[in-house]
Amino acid sequence: MRRRVAIKRWDRPSRRSWAGEFAAIMAVALLVLTGCRSEMYEQPRYEPLEPSSLFEDGSSARPLVAGTVPRDDPRGAPPAGVPDEVFYTGWSQGKLVESVPFPVDRAVLERGQERFRIYCTPCHGELGDGRGMIVRRGFNPPPPYASEELRKQPIGHYFDVMTRGFGTMYSYASRVPPRDRWAIAAYIRVLQLSQHAEAANLPAEDRNKLPAVDEASAPRSQP
Amino acid sequence: MPQIFHPSANTLSRLTLFGMAVGPLGLLIVSYLLIRSPYQTGVRVIREQPVPFSHEHHVGGLGIDCRYCHTSVETSSFAGLPPTHTCMTCHSQIWSTSPMLEPVRTSLAMKQPIVWTRIHNLPDFVYFNHAIHIQKGIGCVSCHGRVDKMPITWKEEPLTMEWCLECHRHPERHLREKREVFNMEWAPPVPEQLEIGRHLIEREHIEVDRLTNCSVCHR
Repeated sequence: MRRRVAIKRWDRPSRRSWAGEFAAIMAVALLVLTGCRSEMYEQPRYEPLEPSSLFEDGSSARPLVAGTVPRDDPRGAPPAGVPDEVFYTGWSQGKLVESVPFPVDRAVLERGQERFRIYCTPCHGELGDGRGMIVRRGFNPPPPYASEELRKQPIGHYFDVMTRGFGTMYSYASRVPPRDRWAIAAYIRVLQLSQHAEAANLPAEDRNKLPAVDEASAPRSQP
Repeated sequence: MPQIFHPSANTLSRLTLFGMAVGPLGLLIVSYLLIRSPYQTGVRVIREQPVPFSHEHHVGGLGIDCRYCHTSVETSSFAGLPPTHTCMTCHSQIWSTSPMLEPVRTSLAMKQPIVWTRIHNLPDFVYFNHAIHIQKGIGCVSCHGRVDKMPITWKEEPLTMEWCLECHRHPERHLREKREVFNMEWAPPVPEQLEIGRHLIEREHIEVDRLTNCSVCHR
């Protein structure tokens, strides 16, 4: 219907209309503009941490509802037979756990060392002496792991501190998954031992490598 | 017979002929240069951020590991941008009154995330995954450049499809041992890299033929 009307109008020779040219230009412009649309680049979905006007806080990522339980914790569930409380808090019936709730082998210690160097050394230092770079820049110095008091602490203490924070130290629960926290705790024990090892306890081959230490005077803590 | 054309028409006609021959080529060259220029790729373009965070200071100066803040880079497609809580782990004590860090403190107090300006943004039809690149031995530096020398974060590589494919076709040029992935100083040893790379391809079961399949990146 419409087309017929248009043809009629164009047929009039007396009044030259630019409608045809205008339509052609618009068609080209439309083609050009469609080429510039970026629907595929910006698809109607959220990328991680993308802002959103939908929610009051402006964030598309929603905080977990209190009490949310992971359906399947990808960071590693407790090993069989270990209660959740022990694995996730380092406590057992009101007492700090005395041992790592899974077997500790070399791989676990190496993992612990790697994670310790990422998350702990900035303050605690490579040796755990509490003289990390951030401390040298003014952060409250943490006590050295090798101190008498800390060496007496059950291993659950370290897990608990990483999980809930301690003093000026923030919680690392959101950054370090539970299994890694246990691995770090185990590595802290390694650091403590490394600074209080007795030469007599070393295997013979390692003891021989010690630089000319008098066998009798070597163990510092022997009475 | 009167002259129809002014003598300058000769020059004009030559110019026109020349333009017809060279013009389209020139247009191609200009647009090619344009799409590869920082105007299009954003390479080394400085963008304003709510807080002028310096990787040079935190990584280069203090020696903080990438993963201290980008915690999910090894296990997730997204490297993870640290929540304000991570910044405040140190800045609750250090520079705790600095006006520069006011947005960080406000963010923590108001529970409002800091809105950073994104530097690396792939089109939505590309499904990039950090974890697999880290796990197979592509260093941070390979794509992000020497972040430990950036006083403010910029994009070092164009992240174009051509650029991605260069590595997907020849991963042996860039692969490194996993323990060196987060090492900013590591550079491919010349000329052994190709040999090491080929060995790593085999050891890590990287199927190079498949790396250029469309669906590897486009789903």
